[in-house]
Amino acid sequence: MQPIRTIESRTVVLPFTNIDTDQIIPARFLTTTTKEGLGKLAFSDWRYEASGAPKSDFILNRPESSGCAILVGGRNFGCGSSREHAPWALLDYGFRAVISTEIADIFRSNSLKNGLLPIVVDEATHQWLLDNPGAQLRIDLETSTLTLPTGTSVQFPIEGFARYCLLNGTDEMGFLLSRSDAITKFEQGRA
Amino acid sequence: MNAKTLFEKVWEQHEVVPETADTPAVLYIDLHLVHEVTSPQAFSLLREQGLKVRRTDRTLATMDHSTPTDPDEIFGRVPIKVESAARQVKELEKNCGEFGVELLGLGSDQRGIVHVIGPELGATQPGKTIVCGDSHTATHGAFGALAFGIGTTEVGHVLATQCLLQRRPKTLAIEVKGRLPESVTAKDLILAIIGKIGVSGGTGHVIEYRGSAIEALSMDERMTVCNMSIEAGARAGMIAPDETTFAYLKGRRFAPQGTAWDKAVAEWRKLPSDPGARFDRVVEIDATSLEPMISYGTHPGMVVPISGSVPERANDAVHAKSLAYMGLSGGEKLIGKPIQVVFVGSCTNARLSDLELAAKVMRGRRVADGVRALIVPGSQQIKREAEARGLAKIFTDAGAEWRESGCSMCIGMNGDLVAKGQYAVSTSNRNFEGRQGTGARTLLASPATAAAAAITGRVTDPRDFLG
Ligand code: SF4
Repeated sequence: MQPIRTIESRTVVLPFTNIDTDQIIPARFLTTTTKEGLGKLAFSDWRYEASGAPKSDFILNRPESSGCAILVGGRNFGCGSSREHAPWALLDYGFRAVISTEIADIFRSNSLKNGLLPIVVDEATHQWLLDNPGAQLRIDLETSTLTLPTGTSVQFPIEGFARYCLLNGTDEMGFLLSRSDAITKFEQGRA
Repeated sequence: MNAKTLFEKVWEQHEVVPETADTPAVLYIDLHLVHEVTSPQAFSLLREQGLKVRRTDRTLATMDHSTPTDPDEIFGRVPIKVESAARQVKELEKNCGEFGVELLGLGSDQRGIVHVIGPELGATQPGKTIVCGDSHTATHGAFGALAFGIGTTEVGHVLATQCLLQRRPKTLAIEVKGRLPESVTAKDLILAIIGKIGVSGGTGHVIEYRGSAIEALSMDERMTVCNMSIEAGARAGMIAPDETTFAYLKGRRFAPQGTAWDKAVAEWRKLPSDPGARFDRVVEIDATSLEPMISYGTHPGMVVPISGSVPERANDAVHAKSLAYMGLSGGEKLIGKPIQVVFVGSCTNARLSDLELAAKVMRGRRVADGVRALIVPGSQQIKREAEARGLAKIFTDAGAEWRESGCSMCIGMNGDLVAKGQYAVSTSNRNFEGRQGTGARTLLASPATAAAAAITGRVTDPRDFLG
């Protein structure tokens, strides 16, 4: 996992509530046995015609979206299936952060484990982001702040351990393995 | 002593290291269920890091999502049509062989949907922590287990360490008072609950379903309710274990035997929430006034009583987008709407009692012309039992298709698909855009409502058939 400190980018806005992981990556693509190459399949059914041609009016197919690393979605982003293919697809596409007023539990947890930053903001900030698609934002993970082009900064909540892991590119496996003595003791205590 | 909730008791019994301000808890996992779709990358990680599966005796694998439901493909008489699915099946066989994990594979007579076979084999037990790389792991909470879905990275963590790093969730009590009316099912109840609290109403919480209406449910029904906790945004749903739970488990393959059984039951009796235990939130529902429910939109919170109409919401662009996808308009009645597909299956509603209910409606009747009805049992054991009891014959005599077990049309990964624009009344749990096939329009309902729709070719009140 790549460490994250700051992200500076314009936004892509998908102003729909309850964007579920079936939309982010449809189930028919889950027969893969690797993590790679899912970016071109992200939001497939919204992005491509049945023929495979890109739908020109869908935001991800428009020139202004190219290179954007921040996705703004409606409330309850990432609900539904636990497929980690969803953050894998968003990361492979080039997103580094997702912003909403509410992010579903499993998607948030999966995102943190892969270096995709889930950011929850208040209604007013969210509304501003929805109203200003393509806004240039600055995210500073160290201070947990999101800065709008207006100069306004807002703090976003992020669990301390998850932040530590993201800042250092550490994965949790190492942490858990370092607890193996405690785990063995626990197992012996119950036997 | 502090009064504790069921959740708190199970959580605290599994803390290897309690959480601190800086670090999440290290939580011990008693049972890890594995399937072919969310595990390959986790096994690869173990291989890369030279790790082993820590407790093969606490790990059980099966295949269900991408497997076909056609017997010829399952039993190797013809190759699996979806090539990438065939590769995934092979990969799980290889991984389980190499790492020493028991696999209930394609030919196994104990195979089935992972959330159906865990309970059926007695592996799911009160007080256990249970995880699986699948959001409907919540199903197992019906036994008073703490069961939740995890991502593939976490599947790797559990394989290697039998533990997970977790922050303690909040608790939500859903008190269901009264009793469900005759002909109103557990599926109708959970759809009504999601309609009430919303699809993110349970986010960050573990739900405990309680109250007289819950206590009166059978284990099959309790599983239907807990299964859809994730559709309300909660990772887990739990129901206190009681005599119904113990009677279900007794004698099953993985259930304790002899004196170990008596000891286990004595422990399980201590699990229910203590009188006076506090929940972070409480929601009350009156079961007595409920009706059969049906969904009309593209998430499981968009539900109405079957006699109702599609709600009108002026100036709500998301609602409008959803209705446009569904080809419905605000104010339209659902009863009488022509449908093309009926799917009775999935980890929500493919247990024996679900099939019995569908068969009760279909007995001696015919599936309407132009309707495709697909009945897919939740496991091979259920399949055999349904055949022995004559249910399968009722379905096939009616003109429905009867298949091998699997996720099938719930997720459409295996060739069982609803075509673009078609309406499907489905007993599964998700009506998301494209869930049952690109452009498919799903109406979620109970097995009775689905079966009634198969007979009339239209959305129908199941009470017309159940008397
Ligand atoms: S039946 Fe559907 S919801 Fe259940 S595990 Fe299979 S795909 Fe998931």
